[in-house]
Amino acid sequence: MPKPVIERVAKATPASFARRVRGFSDRTIAWIFVTPTIFLLLAINIFPLIWTIRLSFTNFRVNRINADVKFVGLRNYERILSDPDIWQTMQATAHFLFWTLFFQVLIGFALAWLINRKFRGNDLWTTLIVLPMMLSPAVVGNFWRFLYQPQIGLFNYVVGFFTGADPASFSMIGDVSLAPWAIVIVDTWMWTPFVMLICLAGLRSIPDYLYEAAAVDRASKWRQFWTITVPMILPFLMLAVLFRGIENFKMFDLVVQLTGGGPGSTTELTSINLKREAFEKWRTGYASAYAVILFVTVFGLASIYVKALNRVKER
Amino acid sequence: MERLKLLTVSALTLGASLSAGAAQAQQGELTLCWAAWDPANALVELSKDFEAQSGIKMNFEFVPWPNFADRMLNELNSGGTLCDLLIGDSQWIGGAAENGQYIKLNDFFEANGISMDDFLPATVTGYAEWPKGTPNYWALPAYADVVGWTYRKDWFSRPELQAEFKAKYGYDLGVPEDLAQLKDIAQFFQGREIDGKTVYGAAIYTERGSEGITMGVTNALYNYGFDYGNPENPYAELDGWVNSPGAVAGLEYYKELYDTATPPGASDWYMSETIDAYKSGQVALQMNFAFIWPGVDADPNVGGDKSGYFANPPGPAGQYAQLGGQGISVVANTDNMEGALAYIKWFAQPEIQQRWTDMGGASAMKFVLEDPAYPDRKPYNRAFLKSMSIVKDFWAEPAYADLLLAMQDRIHRYVVAGEGTAQEALDGLVKDWTEIFEDEGKL
Repeated sequence: MPKPVIERVAKATPASFARRVRGFSDRTIAWIFVTPTIFLLLAINIFPLIWTIRLSFTNFRVNRINADVKFVGLRNYERILSDPDIWQTMQATAHFLFWTLFFQVLIGFALAWLINRKFRGNDLWTTLIVLPMMLSPAVVGNFWRFLYQPQIGLFNYVVGFFTGADPASFSMIGDVSLAPWAIVIVDTWMWTPFVMLICLAGLRSIPDYLYEAAAVDRASKWRQFWTITVPMILPFLMLAVLFRGIENFKMFDLVVQLTGGGPGSTTELTSINLKREAFEKWRTGYASAYAVILFVTVFGLASIYVKALNRVKER
Repeated sequence: MERLKLLTVSALTLGASLSAGAAQAQQGELTLCWAAWDPANALVELSKDFEAQSGIKMNFEFVPWPNFADRMLNELNSGGTLCDLLIGDSQWIGGAAENGQYIKLNDFFEANGISMDDFLPATVTGYAEWPKGTPNYWALPAYADVVGWTYRKDWFSRPELQAEFKAKYGYDLGVPEDLAQLKDIAQFFQGREIDGKTVYGAAIYTERGSEGITMGVTNALYNYGFDYGNPENPYAELDGWVNSPGAVAGLEYYKELYDTATPPGASDWYMSETIDAYKSGQVALQMNFAFIWPGVDADPNVGGDKSGYFANPPGPAGQYAQLGGQGISVVANTDNMEGALAYIKWFAQPEIQQRWTDMGGASAMKFVLEDPAYPDRKPYNRAFLKSMSIVKDFWAEPAYADLLLAMQDRIHRYVVAGEGTAQEALDGLVKDWTEIFEDEGKL
């Protein structure tokens, strides 16, 4: 019977090397394996973060390599926090975040509830529903731009068909009051399936005997839903909200392709605004301060949320 | 013996051609970067002549317009070596010159007998000089372009429409004599049924992301009295020039044109969207750079006699048009400086400039444009010459991107999103530009 690979490797190890490593503790060996990852993490995550924080206190511009870089203290932070335009982009982001999460959780949960029931063609429907999230956000943004076209767009046609309105009389991405909803609709269309899948996993993890016991106790369906389904699925829903919340806070590609941040700056989310500052205006120091503020915001909110999530899971 | 001779001659011939090939290969390669559009394809064809003459292989990197500035400015700012030659936007000159990204060409021009007097003065100032108005050249004018208008000549000449127009406005339907007439005409066509199809007035620039709405609105602003500042004191005195009563009226004009005479959904349109709207028969008038005119003329649906061309009409404060176009520069990081300069020298020859225009380019050389036969060679040439004589350009400062994006933002918010008043938009622009010049140390 052939010897296991590990034994063969051990035998093939030169004696001098084997003597050297024989005395290593488990902890040392763990460090040996983990060290390259730590170095990588430091190089591609921690170092850029520290560098960004450092740049945020300067007037550095990456397109003026030869210019003197001056330390400006907290001036960049002051300018950002007192700029009404930045607050407007924050409001646009908050609107987008709130409503996309609201609709995605609502519709995603409803779809999961329906798909969880056994019926003919269940698998086919599941596959069809998850198709949008498999597409590239840039592609989705582009084709919804056509769907929203007032004269030839399918969306306007359908709305016109059901409401009797002239399809050319409204422009989803050209109207200040409609554009914020236009991006909410597209993101909801694209990412509701993701929430649905997480909810479905949650629903399928609830043991049937809980419902059977509740039925024996003559609990109504409504009561079963609120006392069994909702508490059991809540951690899954909160996880979905966390993932989608972080993703949508940094939403860029879909909205850039769809509205470009317009009309005016109605749909200019913080990530789009940050990109314009950093790579179109080349205000590197200012953009670094902006990035630090956003990082602290997301990190802070996510930390509070994760604590709440853990508390729910412990219950 | 004869066989031996034949073999010897063949071997020598083969050897000679191999060594010639090796010599050519030693000349190296050049990469020319530009926007991806029709004139670029013409340049590829034209450059075959240079390849044959010099033995230098030409490579091309063409980027679609909406990403052109992002891609190329990233390349320059990161010290990239992709481009040996760059046909960059006129507004990049200041930054590229001050940051050492382009090579100064004065000595080279002098040594090779290339004179800027041979080119239209507006294109030399716009595409080659930095600082503006000084004889410091960083590019050779490569592609002359300007914003102008295209109109549906066939619709304009319909007797029933002419009669209705005359009855409504009291003058003949034709090429507008001023911007007020242009608005009347656009409004006249808005929502009208022509050949069973609903058509609209004008396709104009409204794009927000890059430079679109600025390139459009300036055609109204200039003609109503807007200026970039007091010419005597350009950075310090913006107030009263950028937001003068005339400038406010010009901005209000553009908004009214957008609100009352453009197709539904035209809230983020630039060159390609306006071309599409015009070629698909949606609009009676189209604002666009003149580079589209050869394509319109050749179009099976709207080309030939169906379309006419005219320069941006005058307003109360004069007649101006937004300059487009680019110069060709040598990128400082090139590893084939000799080859890049050889290309510029070749491109500056009058006969090459003539061929460039014939193939779909747009030379800025007087040799081509002042040829007595030129105005009648193409139906749009007269409009082009007129337009090139009335050009004004946006800031070409090193901080041009900041200046441009501030204007894009202020104008789009007012014109498309309807936020605030024209006065507030331009007052805000004065504030933004002042801050930028303060940051630049110019104030």
